[in-house]
Amino acid sequence: MLDKKNSTTDFAQQIKEGLDEVLASDPSTLIMGLGVTDPKGVFGTTLGLSEKYGPNRVIETPTSENAITGIGVGLAITGYRPIMVHQRLDFFLLAMDQLVNSAAKWHYMFGGQQSVPITIRLITGRGWGQGPTHSQNLHSWFTHIPGLKVVMPSLASDVKSLLIASIKDPNPVIFIEDRWCHVQKIDRSSIVDNSGVEIGKAEVIEHGEDLTIVAAGFSTVQSIRAVKLLRKFKINIDLVDLKTLKPLDTNTIFSSVRKTGKLLVVDSGSEISSFASEIISLVCRSNFHSLKSSPEIITAPDIPEPTSHGVTDKFKFNSKDIAIKVLEMLGKDANNFDLTELVDSQYDVPNSSFTGPF
Amino acid sequence: MSKDLDRLLKCFELASRIRSVEENIVKEYANNQMRCPVHLSIGQEIVSAVVGLNQRIQDTAVSSHRAHAHYLAKGGDLYKMIAEIYGKVTGCCKGRGGSMHLIDLEVGFLGSSAIVGNSIPIGVGAGFTHKLNNSDALSFVFLGDGAIEEGSFYESVNFSAVQNLPIVYICENNLYSVYTGLNMRQPATRNIYEMVGALGVNAVKIETADVVNCLNLTTEVINQARLEKKPIFIEYDTYRWLEHCGPNDDDSLGYRPAGELSKWKSEDPISKLENILVSSYGVSSSSIKEIQNKISEEVSLAFNQAKKDEFPTLEQSVTDVYAR
Repeated sequence: MLDKKNSTTDFAQQIKEGLDEVLASDPSTLIMGLGVTDPKGVFGTTLGLSEKYGPNRVIETPTSENAITGIGVGLAITGYRPIMVHQRLDFFLLAMDQLVNSAAKWHYMFGGQQSVPITIRLITGRGWGQGPTHSQNLHSWFTHIPGLKVVMPSLASDVKSLLIASIKDPNPVIFIEDRWCHVQKIDRSSIVDNSGVEIGKAEVIEHGEDLTIVAAGFSTVQSIRAVKLLRKFKINIDLVDLKTLKPLDTNTIFSSVRKTGKLLVVDSGSEISSFASEIISLVCRSNFHSLKSSPEIITAPDIPEPTSHGVTDKFKFNSKDIAIKVLEMLGKDANNFDLTELVDSQYDVPNSSFTGPF
Repeated sequence: MSKDLDRLLKCFELASRIRSVEENIVKEYANNQMRCPVHLSIGQEIVSAVVGLNQRIQDTAVSSHRAHAHYLAKGGDLYKMIAEIYGKVTGCCKGRGGSMHLIDLEVGFLGSSAIVGNSIPIGVGAGFTHKLNNSDALSFVFLGDGAIEEGSFYESVNFSAVQNLPIVYICENNLYSVYTGLNMRQPATRNIYEMVGALGVNAVKIETADVVNCLNLTTEVINQARLEKKPIFIEYDTYRWLEHCGPNDDDSLGYRPAGELSKWKSEDPISKLENILVSSYGVSSSSIKEIQNKISEEVSLAFNQAKKDEFPTLEQSVTDVYAR
């Protein structure tokens, strides 16, 4: 089923391989969700698993987000380790009661007697007219709830390790996958060894002295592109890929800011009460004197995202926007730099082969 | 002692014990030391008693905000519940949950939850575990008529029907959600159990008026669920004598039709059961008194100890946010 001879792989395939690995090694793990056994297999991430492990391990569910989450909690407190998936984060909003009142609190509320080891994969939509209710980046909501962990992978090289670490964690973990990360291709030689990856650790994935960018998920992918171009202009950026939003690895952020003195946070969520704002707050409160200039954020606007592809480019920032902001923060005139390679001919697809429909 | 008499005595003892605990909470609440919301089951105890007699230790149960009776009938530790209501560190949740969050894993009471309808899917998840484990255990899900109106109820019943899970839904229809009567919330022509039956789950209504019959039918239905390992829904008609939340009589508020409360009180299942035991089974009134004294003693002990216990310290209240 898994074509390991191929030298390339992608983000979605890495998720599937991670799921396959845990299903094979831990009989208490289960996959649950609408579509996990269907012919598309949740963007390919569960394809073939139901045939391999059967209906008691890979469980198709009704369209009942709230109860299914509660059923997952019930399975988790009685010895199973459910991995739940929602093809769009927006639908999971129906499950807030079970997430917030049950999963997040169960261990604390009942005096530490029962833990809730569930992993909830939420896929965010992007581009191709996903519109107001299929493209929401609400990761900051989940970080506001005590008792939850929030993982937001960005790279195909370690998504599998992060997923396995999330599943092994004895707590409820929200695992947020940007749809556009799914198509990210890598060479198999760059895959990170499982054993070294932990939840709650950020990583400096590009190194530089001039400015710190903090990002997660697809924002990291966009930032990498900007950072690589800026390096050609002798502008060197420290890029912190958060990987986990909660618990947050503040040490890695703070030590980078202490080195560069300048901070830009790139966040796909909307501006008000964003996770970017939280990072700015944390840095200002504990490392104010390390800052050489006002920290900045790039976020989505505080407006619902419309559907029309005639206008959505104004609602999503891209790698060029990141580069421009960096240049401004460094006191440079962006007009003096050729940033054209950061602009794609079609802004609403991750690559030319992507034709939706969702 | 005949098997019948033995069961009826146990049922009487279970229900009387629950009432005694609840009446002690009523008494103590005025001292302002039980500083959390309490939802009492006075008037409704018989349901927990007839179900409790048919629960096994390996069965699991979940319940709602009005959970004292269900917890006690499943065998939950009385002292730990009272300590929890007093907010003491010796409580079943170390003082974190209060009256609305009860747990006793030693007897399979997995937890009760304050949000209406919240614990229903969790009980379904436990039932799923019993099925996956090929166990004979049943998952008991206690709920009220209000929870029937929650989406989580419909979603849960549907899933348990699709997956054929060994779940016993116990619906205590006490006619009110807070102060709002059933007739303002659900169509008068629709019976709860019939609606649930239409969802694909075997559903019955058991009248509590005839206590002996209520116990026998309950046993029959639960035995059937155990045999078939399929979901089953039982609706009981019952009545809450006190206010929705708190220790007081609230008949003066006028939301109940005149005479309704007094009619239900005159039909008190516990008094009826006592009469049956005395008149039909020849149980002496001194034996009844003996049962009641034993209960009073146990309840007093639990309250006295709980009152003396310590509150949690701050250090004890900031652990366990995450499991390790």
